[in-house]
Amino acid sequence: MLELYGKTLSSRLLLGTSRYPSPAILQEAVRTCGAQVVTVSLRRESGAERSGQAFWSLVRDLDVAVLPNTAGCHTVKEAVTTAHMAREVFGTPWIKLEVTGDDELLQPDVFGLVEAARILCAEGFEVFPYTTEDLGVAHRLLEAGCRVLMPWGAPIGSGRGLANPWALCALRTRFADVPLIVDAGLGVPSHAATAMELGCDGVLLNTAVAQAGDPVKMAGAFARAVEAGRMAYLAGPMEPRDLAVPSTPTLGKAFLA
Amino acid sequence: MQVVVAGAGVAGLCCALELAERGASVQVLERGATLGAQSCSWYAGGMLAPWCELETAEPLVARLGQESLRWWSARIASVARHGTLVVAHGRDEPELARFARRTGQAAPGRYAWLDAEGIAALEPDLAGRFRKALLFNDEGHLEPRAALHSLADRLHQAGVPIRFGVTADSQDTADADHVVDCTGLAARAALADLRGVKGEMLVLRSRDIAFRRPIRVLHPRWPLYLVPRGEDRIMVGATTIESDDVRVTARSVLELLGAAHAVHPALGEADIVEIGAQARPAFPDNLPRLRLRGRTLYVNGLYRHGFLLAPALARMTAQVLLEGKRFAEVMDENSREWRLA
Repeated sequence: MLELYGKTLSSRLLLGTSRYPSPAILQEAVRTCGAQVVTVSLRRESGAERSGQAFWSLVRDLDVAVLPNTAGCHTVKEAVTTAHMAREVFGTPWIKLEVTGDDELLQPDVFGLVEAARILCAEGFEVFPYTTEDLGVAHRLLEAGCRVLMPWGAPIGSGRGLANPWALCALRTRFADVPLIVDAGLGVPSHAATAMELGCDGVLLNTAVAQAGDPVKMAGAFARAVEAGRMAYLAGPMEPRDLAVPSTPTLGKAFLA
Repeated sequence: MQVVVAGAGVAGLCCALELAERGASVQVLERGATLGAQSCSWYAGGMLAPWCELETAEPLVARLGQESLRWWSARIASVARHGTLVVAHGRDEPELARFARRTGQAAPGRYAWLDAEGIAALEPDLAGRFRKALLFNDEGHLEPRAALHSLADRLHQAGVPIRFGVTADSQDTADADHVVDCTGLAARAALADLRGVKGEMLVLRSRDIAFRRPIRVLHPRWPLYLVPRGEDRIMVGATTIESDDVRVTARSVLELLGAAHAVHPALGEADIVEIGAQARPAFPDNLPRLRLRGRTLYVNGLYRHGFLLAPALARMTAQVLLEGKRFAEVMDENSREWRLA
């Protein structure tokens, strides 16, 4: 079981809610993959006003935990304000903190991220920081009060998979007790499986499912990959070897040394 | 048969015309003071692109859209049939492959690949701007506002009155056998699962460049379309935002114009003629519905496909009311009782 800020989850797949062909397909995708946490972007859909309510009620119908994000925020001030709005609209202390540092690749501004995390944690928010794989930044985020880390796999929406698996291993080793959720950049289920095999605690994705030819089917595929990867991690994968080793004993054959 | 059509957007006008052409006695009530003023049809792109829509829409939309394309071509002289050109900037070319795969699976053989030379031959002002494109040759476009007026003229000729400043709950519906409710989001009190999806658009006037056909520019974050409107005007659209407000945000305008400027820098010199927004009525699966409740038939949920779907839904509306037909694919509420019967 995965525990995030005291909430126990049996599913290790977190799903974003934007860019699906329709809200009905989004709902079906969430149900199919069994995600228990969905992220929602506050800025664009103006959930604060009455205007976006119809969409929110479709998300609420799913009966899953909502993790609002601060996507589209470029400054600490914007991110903090958006977090306040999100707490009011969704009635949750959870916030997926994004502070964009580069518009092209939507890379996090890790300096602003740490600063905003410090402010929000002090205010009682439970912060899920979207960060890079940098260990120094991770230390700062944990010092600021974060109890979950969300390192990227690759830039948001790029579908490139894990750009730096070794760094994720390093994060895993260094922060053995902190839940690590790989957020962003996954394209196909094998990417998710790899992240889980490395020992990550969960994955968060959106585009790979929403923009698939059949989002519902792809959601199911990712759910299985995440489960397979997790099981593999727990099972203890074999070490790669340079020498071929026959898996069937060769009985009765002379051993020529 | 006496039918009152509520709402003079594209759905209402098409329904009124189909019913009148089949012999019903029809009148149209519109709450707004003038044609289109309060309807989201007024801000539509007017692309008749059933195959391109398969990028995100269900096959039903393409099927009804093909019927509508024929309907418009037969009735509105100004329907242009120059196809749709789909382009993407160099580094977004994977989007073009994705678009081809998505639309091609559902409807093979509807597009042709063009190279830079082919693009320049079709749209000289795009020469040197793109390396690859998809041409959907059979698609068309119309000028939505002219089309609404043209429908109103036809209704006038058929003796169908359009009364402005009148709502459907007025006494004017008392004698009608049927009310066809095409009031979009205004019907939300009756249709609880209806929601609004905001679309923002601009109209530019450029003396420097012109297009002959709608240009769709694929982009992972800022997809865009440019539709020629005549008189040097180009419609730029459109955002798709889960919200029923009709504010136009600076960010949306910035993104639309940024994306347009990237298509051709000359668009940066264009005049901004208009900035507008609409809230499109949509059901959770973004598919249209006909719901017959008592004597009222609701025609709603046309989402981003008002002009593409209205004629086909109008034909169905006429057949439901005049011939007692039922269409399971759009009549979710009625198909169950119909099967029982």
